[in-house]
Amino acid sequence: MGIAWGSLFIVCVISLAVGVAIVALVAFALVGLSARAHVPAGGPDDGAPTVGPGAGTAIAGVCLLAAAAIVGYGLWIIVA
Amino acid sequence: MELSLIVVVVVVTALAFDFTNGFHDTANAMATSIATGALRPKVAVLIAGALNLVGAFLSVEVAKTISSGLVDEALISPVVIFAGLVGAILWNLLTWLLGLPSSSSHALFGGLIGATLVAAGTGAVNFGAVLTKVIIPALISPLLAGLVALIATYLAYRITVRAHDGTTKKGFKVGQIVSASMVALAHGTNDAQKTMGIITLTLITAGVLAPNSGPPFWVILSAGLAIALGTYMGGWRIIQTLGKRVSDIQTPQGFAAETSAATVILASSHLGFALSTTQVATGAIFGAGAGRRLASVQWGVAGQMALAWLFTLPAAAIVGAVAAWVAGTGVTGTIIVAVVLIAAAAGIYAASRRRPINADNVNDVPAPVPASAAA
Repeated sequence: MGIAWGSLFIVCVISLAVGVAIVALVAFALVGLSARAHVPAGGPDDGAPTVGPGAGTAIAGVCLLAAAAIVGYGLWIIVA
Repeated sequence: MELSLIVVVVVVTALAFDFTNGFHDTANAMATSIATGALRPKVAVLIAGALNLVGAFLSVEVAKTISSGLVDEALISPVVIFAGLVGAILWNLLTWLLGLPSSSSHALFGGLIGATLVAAGTGAVNFGAVLTKVIIPALISPLLAGLVALIATYLAYRITVRAHDGTTKKGFKVGQIVSASMVALAHGTNDAQKTMGIITLTLITAGVLAPNSGPPFWVILSAGLAIALGTYMGGWRIIQTLGKRVSDIQTPQGFAAETSAATVILASSHLGFALSTTQVATGAIFGAGAGRRLASVQWGVAGQMALAWLFTLPAAAIVGAVAAWVAGTGVTGTIIVAVVLIAAAAGIYAASRRRPINADNVNDVPAPVPASAAA
């Protein structure tokens, strides 16, 4: 009766890393996309770094592509 | 002739179990999307049903291995499998009536183990495999999913704290729909295959299929259709429990919960752990609730669920054992078990009509009493 501690450990690490990474990437993408909708009237006064609409969209695109790549790679491993 | 009749009965019963599995587990994928309003209830169950069907065709790995190892196939007959399925169906219906998201997989394993114990003795059950394949994943997977969802939820709120409100709401809504769909797909690959495995095992024990063969196409199709139809019916009672009674779930939490659940389910089934999609999804929803604010989780509801989880395997095992004992007396016994099953199912359905929960009132729950006020 051998418990596959190795596989169990891999499942824990992968789940933690992938689950958190995808949610964080999507959240960052949404921060990037916010730059398009959010037009500060008098410039930045809350101390937060501002991003232009173009840069924001680019950040969002990179983050979403990365998230999609992780999901796609995972599905590919399972189906293949 | 008698042999082929019992095979037909087992196949029909297995598909009936698959159907209860479907509506019992709609909540896993769609409870949070329905609760946050990301999807309308009817649309949500339609998507979940369709993706369950697609998922059933993705892989047959679980079906090939599901029936091997837990019980000694050489020692059981179609009647034993029938009795095990009866135990699983009855427990699924009872927990559905109570709105408790218990594990359909554990009900199935429990029913089979109980029926095998009675029919073939303790030697036919591989308790080591039960511990490593069922009990340990059952303990670890909901905690893992909960932890992942907790961290992910916390980060999702922290990262987007300065972001434009409308953009994040819309974005997380889309994310939630995509991740919930992944859970439905994962559910189809996992749970539909459990029924395929059972039907294939029955056909092998009856000599219709050669040993070690995979499920024939009609088995894959009918199992996929049964679970998809069950999912489309929507287990509204359980959806209400998971979506509304655990915690007041918002879109970022729903997204984090479904992403964590999909990751844990897919990662572990790929590495051969037959875990319960229900327990993973439930753990993730609790984690997501706690990630926003610990006090926002109804821990009393968590206690009820933990009890239901603890009882699922033994309770289904007892029903399976009794069914195997009665059905083992002969054809009359088998007919008695079938009649009792149908009567009990009708009775539970009738009881559910007294306080029906459906697509229209699934989100109507009185606001949960804060823990401090209840104490």
